[in-house]
Parts: sequence; structure tokens; C-alpha cells
Amino acid sequence: MIDVVVDIILLTFLATTSIAIMRMTNLFAIVMLFGIFSLLSAGLFVVMDAPDVAFTEAAVGAGISTVLMLATLALVKRPKEPYYDEAPRAHRAWLPLIVVTITGSALVYGTWDIPNFGSPDAPSQTHVARFYLENSMPDTGVPNTVTAVLASYRGFDTLGEVTVIFTAAVAVLLLIGGKRPKPALRSKDEEAQDEA
Amino acid sequence: MYIAASLAILVTMGLALARALSGPTTYDRIAAVNMHGTKTVLLIAVLAFLSGRTDVLDIALVYALINFIGVVAALKLVEQGNFHASDNPDDEVKQGEQK
Repeated sequence: MIDVVVDIILLTFLATTSIAIMRMTNLFAIVMLFGIFSLLSAGLFVVMDAPDVAFTEAAVGAGISTVLMLATLALVKRPKEPYYDEAPRAHRAWLPLIVVTITGSALVYGTWDIPNFGSPDAPSQTHVARFYLENSMPDTGVPNTVTAVLASYRGFDTLGEVTVIFTAAVAVLLLIGGKRPKPALRSKDEEAQDEA
Repeated sequence: MYIAASLAILVTMGLALARALSGPTTYDRIAAVNMHGTKTVLLIAVLAFLSGRTDVLDIALVYALINFIGVVAALKLVEQGNFHASDNPDDEVKQGEQK
């Protein structure tokens, strides 16, 4: 009962936050609201009994991406003060609205066939889940089934994913990280040419 | 008891959200986000006890740490305008000060 009440209130907050994000022009405030949005959705995941997803949402959504967006804001800043304010959009974009409406109604139509939340007849409960639930402990000795699947059954897959993420992080650090390059030292010849 | 506590926390979250939406200055918004994060930690802790899944408390602890990092990053950006140390000493002069 209380879960439903908390769900409804959190969803109301989510909707309010997203509408506010769309209406605002202050980019810094939008990044702050993204943090609130992420915290709200992570709380929603906890209420819906998915602590693993909530864990990822909190780490990536509220932590890393807030810092990354703020860093981007600092890198692309304009000389005008305050640098994080964007001029409001003058025209109204009708085509994106139509596309979003059609896609949204198609998705809502798709949810009609989805089994109820936590239903035992759901395909996700009857397909391979039973095998992992019964065999992951004797096979791998890992108490958490999700961890057993990710780190043992799909160990090489996870290794590949981690390699991709590591490569991307190194590339980003090489491109934007560290100190700005110093202006190139001019040779004596160039200075002589300038004076001439 | 837990139900009353969770409802009170939700009301506080709503107030913090209102401040983040309307907040005239940057610092209002940062304080609102920080407070919202704290309330999320509390809400998760209360819900964990309400539903008997006390292992969720670990997540509440992670939230507390991440919230701290995010707020420190935001404050550093507001104070310095960037995240990297400058090579040029003139850049260290704050906006509006005489060089």
C-alpha cells in the first residue's frame, strides 16, 4: 500500500522535473535537475525491488554524468556572462513533437501485452532464470545470481565490455584531460619576420 | 511509524524540488540537489526497514558518497569556472578583480 503511494509521489516528482528541464534555459540548473531526476528514478528502482539497477543509476546517473556534464559546460563556455545561460528557442518544433507522440503511443501500445509486475508466468521467470537460480551457486559459488551470470557465465563478455569502456576512458582523457597545451614557442626567424 | 516517516521525507523532497525549480541563485539549486540526495538516502533507508530488505541499506550508503562527489564537483565548477589548473598565472585572477 505504502509502496504504491511512494511510487505515485516519486513519479509525480519525476514528471515535474522533466517538464522543468524542458522549459529551462539555464544549463547549470538543468544539470542540477538531471541529478535530482537520477536520484528520483534510483529511488523508484529501489521501491520496485531492483537494487542492482538502482546501484548503477546512482553511480552513473547521479555521480559520473553530473560531473561529466559540468566539465563539458566548463569546456564549451562562452565569453558572455553568465556562461551557462542559453537563449530561449524562438521557433516551435512540431515535427519532433509528432514523432515523439507516435513513438510514445506505440510504446504504450506495446506495454499492453507485457505480463504484470512480478508475475510468475512472465517469460523472464520461466525461460532460463530457473536454471541460473538452481545452478549458479553449485557452479560458481557466488551467492548473488546476477553477479554469477555477469562475472562467471558471461565472464569473457564482461571482459570485452570493460576493455571497451577502458579504451573510451583513455581516449577521452587523452583528448580533453590534464592541462591545456602551452602556446607553441616561436622561433627567432618568425619573430624577425614579424618585426620586418 | 515508518509510514509517517516516509511521508514526511516525501514532503521534504517536494519542498527541495520546489526550491531547485524556482531557486533564483545557483547556490539555491546546489543546496536543493544536496538536500534532495540526503532525503533520497533517508527514504531508501526507511523503505528498507519498511519492507524488511535491510540489504538495501548499502545502496543508501553509496548514494551518500555519490551525492557528496557531485556537489563538490558542482561547487568547484562554480568557484573556478573550470576543472583544470591553469598554466597562466593571470587566469587565476577572479572575475571582476583587477589584474
